[in-house]
Amino acid sequence: MIKTIGILGAGKVGVTLAQLARKAGYEVVIAGSGDPAKIALSIKVLAPGAHAVAKEEAALRGDIVILALPLSKYATIPKDALKGKLVIDSMNHWHEVDGPREDTIPEDITSSEHLQSFLPESRVVKALSHMGYHELHDHAKPKGSDGRKAIAIAGDIKEDTETVAHLVNTLGFDPLIIGVLKKGRQLEPGNPGFGASISREDLHLRTR
Amino acid sequence: MAAEGAKTTKEEKKILFGLDTFGDIPVDKDGKKFTHAAAIRQVVEEAILADKLGVDSIGVGEHHREDFSISSPETVLAGIATRTKNIKLATAVTVLSSDDPVRVFERFATLDALSNGRAQVILGRGSFTESFPLFGYDLRDYNELFEEKVELFHKLLDEKPVTWEGETRAALKDADVFPKTESGRLDVAIGVGGSPESVIRAARYGFQIVFAIIGGAPERFAPYVELYRHAAEDLGTPVLPIGVHSPGFIAETDEEAMEMAWSNFKTLWDAVGKSRGWPPYSYDQFKYEVAEGSLYVGSPETVAQKIVKTIKTLGAERFDMVYGGGNVPADVRLKMVELYGKEVIPRVRELLKES
Ligand SMILES: NC(=O)c1ccc[n+]([C@@H]2O[C@H](COP(=O)([O-])OP(=O)(O)OC[C@H]3O[C@@H](n4cnc5c(N)ncnc54)[C@H](OP(=O)(O)O)[C@@H]3O)[C@@H](O)[C@H]2O)c1
Repeated sequence: MIKTIGILGAGKVGVTLAQLARKAGYEVVIAGSGDPAKIALSIKVLAPGAHAVAKEEAALRGDIVILALPLSKYATIPKDALKGKLVIDSMNHWHEVDGPREDTIPEDITSSEHLQSFLPESRVVKALSHMGYHELHDHAKPKGSDGRKAIAIAGDIKEDTETVAHLVNTLGFDPLIIGVLKKGRQLEPGNPGFGASISREDLHLRTR
Repeated sequence: MAAEGAKTTKEEKKILFGLDTFGDIPVDKDGKKFTHAAAIRQVVEEAILADKLGVDSIGVGEHHREDFSISSPETVLAGIATRTKNIKLATAVTVLSSDDPVRVFERFATLDALSNGRAQVILGRGSFTESFPLFGYDLRDYNELFEEKVELFHKLLDEKPVTWEGETRAALKDADVFPKTESGRLDVAIGVGGSPESVIRAARYGFQIVFAIIGGAPERFAPYVELYRHAAEDLGTPVLPIGVHSPGFIAETDEEAMEMAWSNFKTLWDAVGKSRGWPPYSYDQFKYEVAEGSLYVGSPETVAQKIVKTIKTLGAERFDMVYGGGNVPADVRLKMVELYGKEVIPRVRELLKES
């Protein structure tokens, strides 16, 4: 049972996800890179009910932890606190923020696989990465709503992808499990699933 | 007529209406692209017309890529300054992180002199990053660069000798910077996207905020406006008027505007998307943005209605429409400026008065 969601990153995506998670009734602990006092006011006003905490605490307290920080900063993730946890990777390599891809990730693997090798004792699932944050905000809708959009999920362990699918559903999107972590390539910038804010059927066609 | 409208409403809460452009490349009647030089002269003509029609501000962006002609906004504004009377001369935005705060101050103080106090600096991140390698900065230092340079720039605004030390540029010891402005202080605002940290930064420095709402529903920003107010109160800085900057396309009829906006926004979006790995812009996306999102597309009446809605939802006191995105025929651009000044602005004022 997921009760508490930890979010690392209190920027555009982190805050948007905190809003959606609060709306869905989860406890939320969210952290920026530093002192929680720095983000306390933003969180209080933008995502009422969510708690601004230090990153270690967000990692420890989350039953599931979403990574929503710039990919190139991944080495600052509190790795030990994430041991044994299911971790959602919502990060993309974004040239405008991260600089050249090869400076952060080896050429031949996906960013999520690279993250998994950095977090060998956590279970990484890629999700909530392909949709822009304002679309995440605008398009979240209750299950069964007309025109509901889909979020793709990629992960190696079936049970984990199902847990994430359930979470995605409660946050307001139709989940679509597209396969193992490696399949996350389809969701990276420059690939067909990236930027997709479309229905489950359409997303399926794009990520096959 | 528009100028008259502007006068009569002066006593009420004065809402400012601006036009912003990045100096996109217009086309002529045969669809042939203007040179960069001609594109710049086109913007000057448009600004002159906007000034005549009583538009409150013209903002020009800073980009360093082929699709846009303006890389040196203050120079273009200086050209506009000497041929206009009332219009405020702004940037949209000045990429301070890859610039030098002392130079930025000097250039804007100069512009302020040429325009008799009409210069306005709008600082921001901007959504392009070509300026970083071009001027020898590392993108990964972005936050440090911006943080430090805003701090120094803020100090310079007092127009007194500055002592400052940091990591990102040479230290200053009692450095006095010229020219001084006649008003004693440059007008400065900060362009903010969806980042809460930027909202708080604006409050901390006492800068006005212009929200760049370029995708999604404007309502999404209501909590950010609230955040700004809370932050300013907590920090004891003045709560200043909020502005909004969003793209639009105005033509005589909705159909005409929709058709031209779609093809031009698609050109623009897909050109940018290619380098960022976005899929092609879809008509569904476009329709959503026009109906509920942040595109102001249609006849003057349609656009006016939508602007009113945004102004009310966010309690905004300034609305800047980005016009001419894509490769829009020069006469259509000029017409758009005219429709905005002559019809949209007076109609928005009228609608706001009615309610
Ligand atoms: N923007 C989008 O539409 C979008 C959509 C999908 C996915 N993404 C991905 O989501 C991630 C976040 O993007 P964003 O647009 O939200 O960026 P953002 O607005 O710049 O926010 C990044 C946040 O990460 C924090 N951070 C940095 N290092 C951290 C650490 N070690 N632990 C906890 N927090 C840390 C930053 O805190 P400080 O301010 O204290 O440094 C900041 O709050 C990126 O990987 C991006 O590619 C973005």
